[in-house]
Amino acid sequence: MLDVRDLTTTYGAVRALDGVTFTAPQGRITAVLGANGAGKTTLLRTLSGLVPAASGSARLGDTDLLTTPAEEMTRAGLAHVPEGRGVIAQLTVEENLRLGALGARGGGRKADLDRVTDLFPVLGERRHQVAHTLSGGERQMLVIARALLADPAILLLDEPSLGLAPRIVTQIFDLLRGLVDDDGLTVVLVEQNARSALSISDVGLVLDLGKVVVHDDAAVLVDDATLRHAYLGF
Amino acid sequence: MAERTLALPDRLRRVTDDTLGRHLLAGLVGAVVVVLLLSFLGGFRVSQLASFSYLAIAAAGLTVLTGLNGQLSLGHGAFMAIGAYTTAVLQRTELGLPLVVVLVAAVLVAGAVGVVVGLAAARLHGPYIAGATLALAIAVPGLAIFWRDLLGGEQGLTVPLPDVPAWFADAVFFLTATDPSSSRYVAYLAGLALVAVLVLLANVARSRTGRRWQAVRDDEVAAQLAGIDLGRARVLAFVVSAACAGLAGGFMAFVVRLTAPSGFTLTLSLTLLTAIVLGGLGSLTGALIGAGLLTFLPQVVTSVGGDVGLSDVQSAELAPLVYGLVMVLVILLAPGGLVGTIRLKRAERAARRAAAAGATASTGAPTSADERTRAASGTGATTGPEDPQHDAPPSTERKRSS
Amino acid sequence: MQQLTTTLLTGLTLGAVFSAFALALVMIWRSTRIVNFAQAPMAMVTTYVALVLIDAGASYWVGFVAALLSGFVLGAVIERVVVRHVEGKAELNAVILTLGLFIVLHAAAALVFGSRFRSFPAPFGVRGLTVGDSTIPLTGFGIFTLVSVLVVMGLLVALFRGTDIGLRMRAAAFGPEVARLLGVKVGRMLTLGWALASVVGSLSGLLIAGGGLVHPGYMDSVVVYGFVAAVLGGLESPGGAVVGGLSLGLTLSVVSGYVGSEVVPLAALLVLVVVLLVRPGGLFSTVHERRV
Ligand SMILES: Nc1ncnc2c1ncn2[C@@H]1O[C@H](COP(=O)(O)OP(=O)(O)OP(=O)(O)O)[C@@H](O)[C@H]1O
Ligand SMILES: [Mg+2]
Repeated sequence: MLDVRDLTTTYGAVRALDGVTFTAPQGRITAVLGANGAGKTTLLRTLSGLVPAASGSARLGDTDLLTTPAEEMTRAGLAHVPEGRGVIAQLTVEENLRLGALGARGGGRKADLDRVTDLFPVLGERRHQVAHTLSGGERQMLVIARALLADPAILLLDEPSLGLAPRIVTQIFDLLRGLVDDDGLTVVLVEQNARSALSISDVGLVLDLGKVVVHDDAAVLVDDATLRHAYLGF
Repeated sequence: MAERTLALPDRLRRVTDDTLGRHLLAGLVGAVVVVLLLSFLGGFRVSQLASFSYLAIAAAGLTVLTGLNGQLSLGHGAFMAIGAYTTAVLQRTELGLPLVVVLVAAVLVAGAVGVVVGLAAARLHGPYIAGATLALAIAVPGLAIFWRDLLGGEQGLTVPLPDVPAWFADAVFFLTATDPSSSRYVAYLAGLALVAVLVLLANVARSRTGRRWQAVRDDEVAAQLAGIDLGRARVLAFVVSAACAGLAGGFMAFVVRLTAPSGFTLTLSLTLLTAIVLGGLGSLTGALIGAGLLTFLPQVVTSVGGDVGLSDVQSAELAPLVYGLVMVLVILLAPGGLVGTIRLKRAERAARRAAAAGATASTGAPTSADERTRAASGTGATTGPEDPQHDAPPSTERKRSS
Repeated sequence: MQQLTTTLLTGLTLGAVFSAFALALVMIWRSTRIVNFAQAPMAMVTTYVALVLIDAGASYWVGFVAALLSGFVLGAVIERVVVRHVEGKAELNAVILTLGLFIVLHAAAALVFGSRFRSFPAPFGVRGLTVGDSTIPLTGFGIFTLVSVLVVMGLLVALFRGTDIGLRMRAAAFGPEVARLLGVKVGRMLTLGWALASVVGSLSGLLIAGGGLVHPGYMDSVVVYGFVAAVLGGLESPGGAVVGGLSLGLTLSVVSGYVGSEVVPLAALLVLVVVLLVRPGGLFSTVHERRV
C-alpha cells in the first residue's frame, strides 16, 4: 500500500504539491486526475525520487520513498512510466526490455521476457527493431512491458493514453485492469482522459493547484455531476 | 531657459548619463593615464605595459565575440599571427610605410580572414566552432613554414623598429625632458590604441548592432523571429573580433620584435580565452583585468616558485598552472567571472536593500533577481559591457538546436 | 608507386590512431554532450607515466599497461570531481572547462616531467619489413598499431553490445532519467564511460609516442585530428569515428607526402569546414540535422 501524507513539493516559489495526503490501496487502481498544471506529474516524480520533496512523507510498505534514491526504486518495488513515452529511442525493443528486467527485484529472468512478449505479441515481432521506429501505441506498450519486467509491486503511469487512438487506449487500460485483478498489482494512473481512466479505476483522486480536492471511489466521482463539471470536464 | 542655469555638476552628470559621452570621458581619462604612465615609467615597465596593451586589445575583441555573441573562438592566436606576419612583412619592405599604415594593413588582413572564418563559424555552434577554431590555431603557424621564403620558416622574421616621428619626440621631450626610444613610441601607440578599441567596442556593444549580437546569443529562434539576420550578426561579430586580434598581433610584432611560428602556438589562443574567462565573459572591464593578470601574474608566481625551490624552467610553468586552475575554478564556482561575480554580489545587496525598504521591494526585486540569474547562469548570459542595467532581452538558459 | 604505397600505409596506421582518439571523443560526447578537448593532455600525462616506468627499468609492456590503467583512473577522477558539475549546463561552460583542464594538465606535466623532448621506445621495429629481397613499407610497430586499435574496438563493441553493463552505459547516455527509473546508477555509468574513453585516448597517445619523441604538447594536434575524424563520422557514431579516422589519416598522409607536412593541419581544417558546411551531420548521416 502506498501511503502519502502532507506531501509538499516546490519549484522555487511555485508550490506544485501542497500538503497532498492519500493512500493507494494494494491491488487497486487509483486514478489521479486534474487540470493541466495541477501537479499530477510532480506527484509521480516526487514519489519516484526524481524531484525532492519539501516536506511530508511517502511510504510504500516499509520503504520510505522520500529517502530512497530514484535508481533504487525498482528494487523497492516501484516502477514509474514517465510522461511522454520513456522509450530509449536508440536502443532496440529487446534492449529496452532487457533494461527493465535488469532492474528487477530478484534480477531479471528470461522467462519474464517471454511472458511479456506473450502479453504484447507485437513487441516480440519487433524485438530487433530500434525503438524510435515504433508507432506511438507500440512505444506505450513497450514502456509498460518494460516496467512490468521489473516485477513491481506498484506501477506509476503518467498519461499512458497521450496521443493514442481510443481503441489502443481501451486495449491498454483493459490490460492494466487484468494485471491488477490477476496479479495483485497496485497502479497509480495519472490521466487527462478522466472518463476512461475512471471507468477502469477503483479510486479517484482530483488535484487542483497542488491540493487534493476530491478523494473518493471512482464510481462516486463518475456519478457526481457537479464534481465532474467542476474538475473533470465531462 | 532652465538649462542655462544648470550647475556644473549637473551638466557633468548629463554627460555621464549619456553613454557615448560617458565612454568618451572614460576614454579621455584612459588616454591621460596611458600618457602619464608611459612618460614616467622605466623601460622594463614600458615594455610590460605594451604587452599588456596588445593582450588586452585581443582579449577585448574576443570578449565581444564570446561574451556578447556567444561564439567561442580558440583560434584568436591565429588572427594575431596573421596581424603580426602582415606587420613583419610590410615593415621589412623598403617602402618605409608609416607605422599607422602598417597597423591598418594588419587589421584589414586579419579582418578579411575573419570574414572567411566567420562565414563558416556562423553556421556552426558550440563545440563545433570550438573545434574548427582550434584547428585554425594549429593550422596557421604551419603556413609560415610552408611559405618559408616570404615568412621566414621556423626562424621567423625579425621586425625592424619604427622610426620615432619628430613631433612625437618633441612632445615627449616637452613632457619628460628625455628623448623617447622607439619601443616607448610603440608602447604609447599600443596604449592609446587600447583605449580607442575599448571606447569603440563599448559603443558597439551598446548600439543596435551590439544588442542584436546579444539577442542572437540569448535565443537564436527569438532573434530570427525579431527579424535579425543571424548569419550577418555572427559574421560581423567575428570580423570585428578578428580585426582586434589582428591589431593586437601587429603590436605584438613590434613589442616582441620577432614573428615566428613558436610565438603563436595553441597556448596563445588558450591564454586569450583564459583572460576573458578570468575577467568575466562579456565584460570589457573583465577583459582588461584578465589581460592584466596574464601580464603581471607570471612574474609574481615565478618568483614564488623560485622561493619554494623550483628551477627557473619549472617556475615558468607555474603561471599557466595557476591560470588553468583558476579557469576551472571560475567555471565551477563563479561562471560569471570576476566582474560577473561582483555584479552578482552588488545585485544581491541591492535586492536586500530593496526588500528592507518594504514597499519598494516589489519594484526593486524583479530587476535584481533578473540580474542575479543572468550573472549566475554564467557565460551564456553575462551582462553587457560596462553597463549593469543594459536592456538586452532577458536571457534564460540557452537552448540551441543541435 | 613505392611512394604511394608508403603514403597509403602510413596513412592507414595514422588513421587507426586518429580513429582511436576520435572514438574516445565520441564516447564522451554521446554520454555527456561534452567535447573533451582535455583528452589530448590526459593521454599525454599517461604516456609520461609509462615513460617514467620504462626509464626506471620496467619493460615496455609494464609501462603500456600502467599508462592504460592510469588513463582509466584519470578519466574517472576528472569526470567525478570536475566535469560532473557542468554536465547538462550551458555548453560554453563545458568547453571552457575542458580547455582549463587542458592548460592545467599541460603545465602540471611540464612541471613534473619537464618540457624537453624525450624519446619514447617502441616494442617492435620501426623499419619496413623485409620480404624476400624487397622491403614493404609496413613496420612492426605499424602492424602493432593496427592490431591494437582493432582489438580495442572489438572489445568496446563486445562491451557495449554484449554485456549488461554496456547496456546500462548506453541507457545512461541516451536516456539518463529513464535509465535512473529503471535502476541504472547513471552517475556511475558516466564516470565509467569517461574512464573507458580515457583508456582509449591513452592508447592512441602511446601509439603516437612509440618510436618518437614526447613532450607536453605532443598530443595537441592529435586532438584536432581526432575531433575532425569524429565530426566526419557525425560525432555520435563510434563506427563513423573509425571510418572518419581512417579516411582522415589517408587524406592527411597524401597531403603530407605530396604537398608538405606543414600544411597538414590546414588540410585538416579544410576537411572539417567542408564537411560541416556540406554535411553537418557527418559523412554518413542519413537523417537531416534537426532544427528548433
Ligand atoms: N521543473 C519545473 N520547474 C518549475 N516549475 C515546474 C517544473 N515542473 C513543473 N512545474 C510547475 O509545477 C506545476 C505542476 O506541474 P505538473 O507538471 O506536475 O502538472 P501536471 O498536472 O502534470 O500537468 P499536465 O496535465 O499538463 O501534465 C505547474 O504549474 C508547472 O508549471
Ligand atoms: Mg503532467
